[in-house]
Amino acid sequence: MAVPAYYTRGETIMYYAVRVFVALVLLFLIAPILAVMPLSFNSESFFTYPMPGFSLKWYNDFFFNPRWSGAVKMSFLVAIATTILATFLGTLAALGLSRANFPAKATIMAILISPMIVPVIISAVGMFKFYASLDLVGTRLGIILAHTALATPFVVITVTATLSSFDKTLMRAGASCGAAPHTVFFRVVMPLILPGMISGALFAFVTSFDEVVVVLFLASPEDRTLPLQMFSGIREMISPTITAAATVLVLISTAMLVTLELLRRRSERLRGVAPN
Amino acid sequence: MAMAQALPNDGVMRAADGTPLKVALARAERAEKLKAMALVLPLFAFIIFSFVVPILIMLYNSVYDPDVAENMPQTVVALKSWDGKDLPPEEVFAAFVADMKEAQRNKQTALIGKRLNYEMSGIRSKVVATGRKIGSIEAAPYRDQVIAIDKVWGEPETWATIKRSASDYTPFYILSMLDLRQNPDGSIEAVPADRAIYKSILARTLGISLLVTLLTLVLGYPVAYLLATSPQRTASILMIFVLLPFWTSLLVRTTAWMVLMTDGGVFAGLLHLTGITWFLNLIGVLNGEPQLFKTRFATVVAMTHIQLPFTLLPIYSVMKTISPTYMRAAKSLGGTPFYSFIRVYMPQTLPGVAAGCLLTFILCLGYYITPAIVGGPTDQMISGFIERAINSENNWGKASALGVILLTATLILYYVYNKLVGIDRMKLG
Amino acid sequence: MKKFATLFGAALLAGSALSAAQALAADDLTITSWGGAYQESQRNAFFTPFVAAGNKVTEAEYNGEIAKIRAMVEAKAVTWDVVDVDTQTALAGCAEGTFETIDWGKLGLDKSKFIGGDVTDCAVPNILYSTVAAYDTSKTQAPADLFEALFDTKKFPGKRALQKSPFVNLEWALMADGVAPADVYKVLGTDEGVERALKKLDTIKKDVIWWESGAQGPQLLADGQVVFATSWNGRFYNAIKTDKKPFKIIWDRQAPDWDWWAIPKGTPKIDGAYRFITFASDPQRMADQTKWISYGPANKDSAPLIDPAILPDLPSAPDNLKTVFYPDPQFWGDKGDELRERFNAWLAQ
Repeated sequence: MAVPAYYTRGETIMYYAVRVFVALVLLFLIAPILAVMPLSFNSESFFTYPMPGFSLKWYNDFFFNPRWSGAVKMSFLVAIATTILATFLGTLAALGLSRANFPAKATIMAILISPMIVPVIISAVGMFKFYASLDLVGTRLGIILAHTALATPFVVITVTATLSSFDKTLMRAGASCGAAPHTVFFRVVMPLILPGMISGALFAFVTSFDEVVVVLFLASPEDRTLPLQMFSGIREMISPTITAAATVLVLISTAMLVTLELLRRRSERLRGVAPN
Repeated sequence: MAMAQALPNDGVMRAADGTPLKVALARAERAEKLKAMALVLPLFAFIIFSFVVPILIMLYNSVYDPDVAENMPQTVVALKSWDGKDLPPEEVFAAFVADMKEAQRNKQTALIGKRLNYEMSGIRSKVVATGRKIGSIEAAPYRDQVIAIDKVWGEPETWATIKRSASDYTPFYILSMLDLRQNPDGSIEAVPADRAIYKSILARTLGISLLVTLLTLVLGYPVAYLLATSPQRTASILMIFVLLPFWTSLLVRTTAWMVLMTDGGVFAGLLHLTGITWFLNLIGVLNGEPQLFKTRFATVVAMTHIQLPFTLLPIYSVMKTISPTYMRAAKSLGGTPFYSFIRVYMPQTLPGVAAGCLLTFILCLGYYITPAIVGGPTDQMISGFIERAINSENNWGKASALGVILLTATLILYYVYNKLVGIDRMKLG
Repeated sequence: MKKFATLFGAALLAGSALSAAQALAADDLTITSWGGAYQESQRNAFFTPFVAAGNKVTEAEYNGEIAKIRAMVEAKAVTWDVVDVDTQTALAGCAEGTFETIDWGKLGLDKSKFIGGDVTDCAVPNILYSTVAAYDTSKTQAPADLFEALFDTKKFPGKRALQKSPFVNLEWALMADGVAPADVYKVLGTDEGVERALKKLDTIKKDVIWWESGAQGPQLLADGQVVFATSWNGRFYNAIKTDKKPFKIIWDRQAPDWDWWAIPKGTPKIDGAYRFITFASDPQRMADQTKWISYGPANKDSAPLIDPAILPDLPSAPDNLKTVFYPDPQFWGDKGDELRERFNAWLAQ
């Protein structure tokens, strides 16, 4: 990180100023998340440093209180079902959209992506009224359908992105070698777009796993998800169990991040793009 | 070539099976198109059914409002021939008594009252009270007996309001979201200043979104630059600082800010330790310790924290594609690094800036959770008022009308984004 | 494609199986109350014994928003089977058909045994509580009366925690502005009266943190975020007794009210709802509830069964009643919606 020798004094100051500024911004990004984690080990139920003592009781509450553990289970159930549905529907659509000359491609794409853009409160209120007429409010199926709608845009985007750099001659090569279309798909296309599918699936999972507004309107009291439990906990009475839940969620997102990074590297390797 | 010789020599190019090549190509293309459409159809149908239709129905609620028409059918018919000048004739009152008795039996008077109250503040309780007493009216003449229950029924304005609400459709909700209302005579005027809150809520929503967008740009641009120009190894490590918050649940980040931003909490302690509190007191911005809990400041800081990666990442990915040779060329032509940066580098990053800022601005418009948790009542944005309209006031018309405004703003920006950036170029992570 | 089709089918099937499984668990009763210490007392006194008697209960919390119940009933998507409501909600909900009419014969209870049993047809009274203010004696000096505590920001600088609701706040504001208690509802019945109350609240608006759930008042006080907080007397009692907080309740102008059990119209589990209300109205169980919170049971038969030690902490204790202000539930049942809307608009400004 040495300053190039030909820099003037002003430029040198600039050089260091930018670096200090960036360091502060990065600190701003990461510090709040890190600062909250130690508080989950606080022996008292308040949120200031220094902490009077160390305790695991909030984790005990998080993992063994049926309210929290039930919410965790519900979140996983909904998120996994959502991920399967969204990845399936989204990948199919991305495959279709990536074919040349798709009619009204831009418009259709805009509609398919819109659940990501439309403010979620609008989606939630609309779904509440409409799903109620179908008896879907207060059911898990209702939440899964709603979350799938919110999650598919991410799959469409990530798979489309992998397909755009995908060499179509590979498919023709497969076909001309005598492979049936589905063989081509599973043996040639699939391995290449798999990283896109997986990262799309991860996005879908996280979208559902973090979502609270739609759940607020659609979930029955026995079907609380983790974010809903956290949100009502914050509004009701903030207990340090929420910081324990937050810490666990941060660990989960770290795992997601690592998975994605590994996928990206693998994908680059497969395509023969050297990582610089 | 053997095959081609066997076919008529008319100068048409043909496929292997003898059909003209043009036809064969068109057919193949059509088949290809159908196949593509078949792949897209399931998701398209799903999105239309589970997402687009519910929203359209909700938006329809902002103008569709049959409460009065359904619950006062006879009164509505009787009012049709009324000229709107003096009190309506006796038959209107007769119809009114019959309707109210029926409504009281079905416990619908509160619904009528609620609907009328939107246009005539204070009438709800009078309708409900009238419903309770209407049973005592047994025979004609009805007019004086009804007015005896509450003198509000002796005012032509009341009946004009009922007549106006009689249609299944009403401009009332949309108008009131623009701080306008319809007079009994049908003309449109501004609502009194103490009730005119919606324009300011819209302005507040746009203002907070704009401020957050600018802050993310100011904070994010240098980070993106450093990330894009650092050696791969350093950049990967720095990237973690951006991506970890990006992947962390919004609720977790909001919770973190709420915990940190209590009065006398961690953030206030940090300001104190770094001397910022002292400095702000010195220049007179602050008096004593900062009050951060449930404030606009906390809302903007938390939203900036959450949106920063959304602005930063598109800028970064554009910066990655800018070849360093341009800068070298600029410098070798005698530009100072600063000058070259401003005149040569920055213009090339504009597409990324536009993409990141638009995305952040669009997402900010819809914020609900974060202001609800770290903000006070005067920091709530449109989404928060939609939630309140339903969960606190049960006013679907109002919620829908607010939804129309929020959605319109969002879709306009979405259209701009699509034109400028292209959604298919949207990058994630 | 075929594989995908089967997968898709399987996913949908799994989804519908989920909702079918839910329909089967129809006996699971969802009971919604106000959360925190109050709900805990109900859990100890009613829910846990009810579950032990072979029933299933799912608890939910809300903050008294009638609109939530209405939205469910109107959408015909009722997921709450029994809900604990205050009087204005019981009255308003009864007038508009949000709640089932109570069949006391089906409950097997004698209406005349319940204080306030004939106030509404749509709910069964369970407790008497009161809205009060409190302060932390280790941090704040005792105020002369309620109005000084809430409105004198010179003598008591710092924030106050008030409920994000017009109920009682408007009345207190008017009285602080010089309206005689007997005239409060006459004044508040007019537009000018409402503006007058809001104007008084304007003087402290920037010093108020608005709470929505009953637990927040005591918590804000405990965290030192405010110098005075309002809440329901039982919440402060609980903070004092259980959490050993040095709080003191200001009984001046306490505003007593009932809480009720009501059944949202259209619940598929109405028989279970009745069974629960009968169970929870038992004199002994209602008396037991006072072990965990300082609310007076509505069942007159419970009175002799209450531990005398708690009597001074109940809103009905003679010492606490000296300057009591009785809110008018009928006024709020009729005008609540209008005032809430006006109040929300005022808050947002």
